[in-house]
Order: sequence, then structure tokens, then C-alpha cells
Amino acid sequence: MKPSGLNVLVIDENRIRAAIIEEGLRDAGYDQVTVIDIMHGLARRIADLNPDVIVIDLENPNRDMLESMFQLSRAVKRPIAMFVDRSDEASIEAAVEAGVSAYIVDGLKQERVRPILKMAISRFNAFSRLNRELEETRGELENRKVIDRAKGLLMRSRGLSEDEAYALLRRTAMNQNRKIVEIAQSLVTAASLLDPGGTQ
Amino acid sequence: MTTRHAITAGFVPLLDSALLVVAREMGFAEEQAIDLTLVRERSWASIRDRLAVRHIDVAHILGPMPIAGNLGLNVPAPEMIVPMALGLGGNAVTVSAALWHAMAEHGATMDLDAHRNGVALRKAIDARKTAPLRFGVVHPYSGHNYELRYWLAASGIDPDRDMEILVLPPPDMGDALAGNVIDGYCAGEPWNTFGVLRRGGHLATVKAAIWRSSPEKVLGVNARWGEANPEAMAALLVALHQASLWCARPDNHEALAKLLAKSAYVGRDVELLLPALGGNLPVGGGVVQSISDFFVPNAKAATFPWKSHALWFYTQMIRWRQIEHTAERQRIAAETYRPDLYRAALKGLGIAMPSASAKVEGALTAATPVGSSGALTLGPDGFFDGGRFDPDDVEAYIASQSTG
Repeated sequence: MKPSGLNVLVIDENRIRAAIIEEGLRDAGYDQVTVIDIMHGLARRIADLNPDVIVIDLENPNRDMLESMFQLSRAVKRPIAMFVDRSDEASIEAAVEAGVSAYIVDGLKQERVRPILKMAISRFNAFSRLNRELEETRGELENRKVIDRAKGLLMRSRGLSEDEAYALLRRTAMNQNRKIVEIAQSLVTAASLLDPGGTQ
Repeated sequence: MTTRHAITAGFVPLLDSALLVVAREMGFAEEQAIDLTLVRERSWASIRDRLAVRHIDVAHILGPMPIAGNLGLNVPAPEMIVPMALGLGGNAVTVSAALWHAMAEHGATMDLDAHRNGVALRKAIDARKTAPLRFGVVHPYSGHNYELRYWLAASGIDPDRDMEILVLPPPDMGDALAGNVIDGYCAGEPWNTFGVLRRGGHLATVKAAIWRSSPEKVLGVNARWGEANPEAMAALLVALHQASLWCARPDNHEALAKLLAKSAYVGRDVELLLPALGGNLPVGGGVVQSISDFFVPNAKAATFPWKSHALWFYTQMIRWRQIEHTAERQRIAAETYRPDLYRAALKGLGIAMPSASAKVEGALTAATPVGSSGALTLGPDGFFDGGRFDPDDVEAYIASQSTG
């Protein structure tokens, strides 16, 4: 079935995520995709675009407004119903889990639009994974910095080599059943209290 | 040995999420051995969705929404029950400075009298040469939508023909008003106080003046969860009852405002939250009005889930053409609210509870002692136009309703 011919609207305040979804839709052959990432004047723009399918992030505060527009069929020409059909609990769950919501024009066949939702779910999930990994990397970098500072303190105050300083941190962490970064943080904090300005 | 209960509750950052917030923060949930997790949502749609997939077990929700869901109007909705209400009142109608000026020229007064100010609004509309007025509400299935429409219609204004009513997120209403996107709105707190103090709006009237002691938010429960966890649900009702007593004490208002002001909850300044708690609302132009029963968290059986409230909401769904009446739908609406579960959960506390499950709404013109199980006072509960709703004669009420 030719996917094009469907007018798809993506509403997402997160521009990066919106771009990822848009790209996915275009790759899958949907050539009428519009992205809205600014919510100002949303109702008017939807009425103008008159989309067949709307993909929107679940947390968007404008969803109540959106759903009320679909109820009043004079705002959009055709009434639009919730995409996920009631009997399909697994797909509802997958969508909510991923943070996606979608709506279609009433009467459109489920099988025509199901690939859109599937794609949106997988892209939303990929985006969250990416975000999580970024957060973790950021966290690791921060930890690395703290440990380096703690090693520097030990090397200066106790005359240790870098390896010996790290070994001491690790041993202390093991003895106290704590993480190395926690021991390092305590050391850095203590040093800054004892000698303000001297730890830099 | 006490069994511990883990309950996840959704809420929208509004003043009347207070009972849930207080149950958690002031230890009332803990007293009932409940680990209460609160999840903040930014729309009623996402509350509904998370209830449907059981990310949350219960929620602070608009009184008509569980009914709309059970009637199939609002999907994907789980089957829901309402074993408790989360207070009475709390909303207001805010208008732009320009509209207030026009209303004042036609006799609107600062005391927020619903009749006088409604007539003034109608005259202002009659005299208006420019585009029809636009008013915002928070949701199609909301007390806000129904009480605003009730007020307009009883004032001789057809809410659909003489003006336009649209849905907006409450936090955007003040800006929409200031930006002339809308001319007025009906919302809960702190959004009227915000509109008046920060966006130059003016109160036109309040929910308590349109229909005193009227229903607003309720505890919506996923019916499957409730059936599987009756003890947890009963324990939660006890915790929420204790929280409602705490919220009702004037000497706790300041602490409550501070609690709600936290970013995890309503996340707005204390000065925007305090007025509604004490019923002293800034109405505009530096004037503050004292409003009886503006928000009632505990008194007058404020947490009792009256079937007559459910049925009144149902009649408004019919009135505003959201659904057509059938006897079966009326039954579904009435059975969504569960006073039996409320009584069973709270009977051990020795508190006064209504013995009836429904009452004639609008019948009490003064505070009236009722019931046999202790000192309970109901009312006044009048509609501003003297209307009465008899839950035993729903069809007659439906037939009597006009749209403007």
C-alpha cells in the first residue's frame, strides 16, 4: 500500500525529537509531513492543515484543547478520533509507555495508519534512550573530574603517585562499602572546607 | 501486622490537588500504611491515558470525566469509579479589563453577583459591534464548561450562538486573556487569581455564586484496580478524609499554600494560592472580595460522592449535545459515583455522613442540619437562578433545559 497521500502532522515542543520523527516518516515514504514545535496559534494551524493523522507527545499540555477541537467538527472539517483503537490494549500501552499520542481522521483504516504509530513509538523510544545515554555520559564525565581532583589532593598532601592515590581511594571505598566517586567527593568537599581556595 | 499499600496517584497542578498532596506530605497516607506516589501531569488527557494503561491507579480528576469515559465519550478510558470527591467549588470566571468595563457600564458589580453580572454580560454582548466574544474553559467534560454554560444560558446568552467557547490549558489562560485571544475564561485556582493579579483580568463571578457548594474534582479510580485492591482504596479514602480536615483548618492555610507552591506540586507563588484557601479573592482594581464557600475541602460533606452530582453532570452532557439521553446511559452515569464505598471506608471513624446517596440539588436556601449519625450540615446549595435538580426526575429536568 502506498503510504503517501496521508497528510501527517507532528506536534512536539521538542524540536530534536520532532525532527527525528519527521525524518522517519519521510524515510517510510510519507511525503506530506508537517512539524509544529511552537504551540502559539495551534488551533488555527491545525484547522488550516486539516491533517489525516496527528502525532503528538503525550505530555503536551494542549492535548485537551486538541481533543475538544475534534469533538466540535466545525473546527476541523472531519471529526478525528483517537488513533489507538480501544480493543488494541497492547498498542495503547506501548504508545503511552513511549510518550506518544496520535489521532486520525475518523474512518481511515487502522492498517493504513498503524505503521505511523509504530514508527513514532520506536523513534520516541530511541530518542529517550539517546537522552538517557547522554545523561549517563555526562554523569560519568562529572565523576571522572571529581576523582581526578581527589587524586590530585592525595598526591600533593601525601606525596603519592597517581596510581597510589587511586588505589587509596578504591581501598577506602571498598572498606566503607561506598562508591569511589562518593569518597572522592567527600575528600574534595572536606579539602575545600579546610582550605577554601586551596583546592583549585 | 499491617499490610502496606503502594498507590500511585496522578494529579494536575491545581489548588484542589491539595487533598492528595496533604495526604502524602502531612503523613496521613503514611498513618494508613500507604506509600503514596504522586505523579504530576499537564493535561487531563494524559491523566486519562495513564489511568487506562495503569501507570497510575487513581487520580485527581474533573468530576464529569469518569462519567464521560464510562459512557465511551472519551477514549482510551478504563472503566472508572468515583468513591470520593475532592472538595466543592473553587472555580471562577475571569474576564478582560475591556470586557469588565463594558459589563460595568451595564450594571456589573464587584460583589460578583451571578444574576446581575450575567445580565450585564448579556447587555454587553447585545451592544457589541465587533466579533463574538471568546471564552476559555479547561475541558469539554468539566464542571467549568457546564457551570459557565449554565450561567450564560440562565442569563439569556446562548453559549454556542452568541459567543464561542474553546478549550485551553489553564496556565495559558492569563496570557491568552492579556493577548486578546480570549475575552474571558472559567478555570480553577490559582489561574483566576493569576489572571487578576498578574494579567490585568477581572473576576466576573465565581462558581460558588453560580451554584453554591457544587461538585468539582473527584478521586477517579481505575475500577479494575479498585476491585483488586479494596483495602488499599479504603485506606486511601481515610487518609484523604484526614487530609480534608487538615486543609479545612484556617490556621493551616499558610502552610498549605507553601506546600502547594513547591515546584513538585502547583509550583506557583504562595500569594497566588492563599486567596482561594481563605475565600478572599482579588477581583481586580485592588479590590478583595470575601466569598463564602469559595472552596470547601471538608465541611458540608464536601468529599461525599453524591449520585445527584453525577446525574447533574450527565444532564449537562445531554444539554450541550455531547451525548443523547437513554435510560441505560443515565444508569451508567449514576453508578459511576460510589457513595457506598465512601461509607464503608469511613464508617469506622465515627464521623457524620449523609444517609442518602442523592439529594435534590438547589433545594437548601440555608445551612441545614441533616442525618442521624452526628452533626452534619448541608447547604446552602442554591443555583443562582433558583433552579432545582431532582435526581428522581432526570427526564423532566432534561426536558426543561434550553440552550440559551
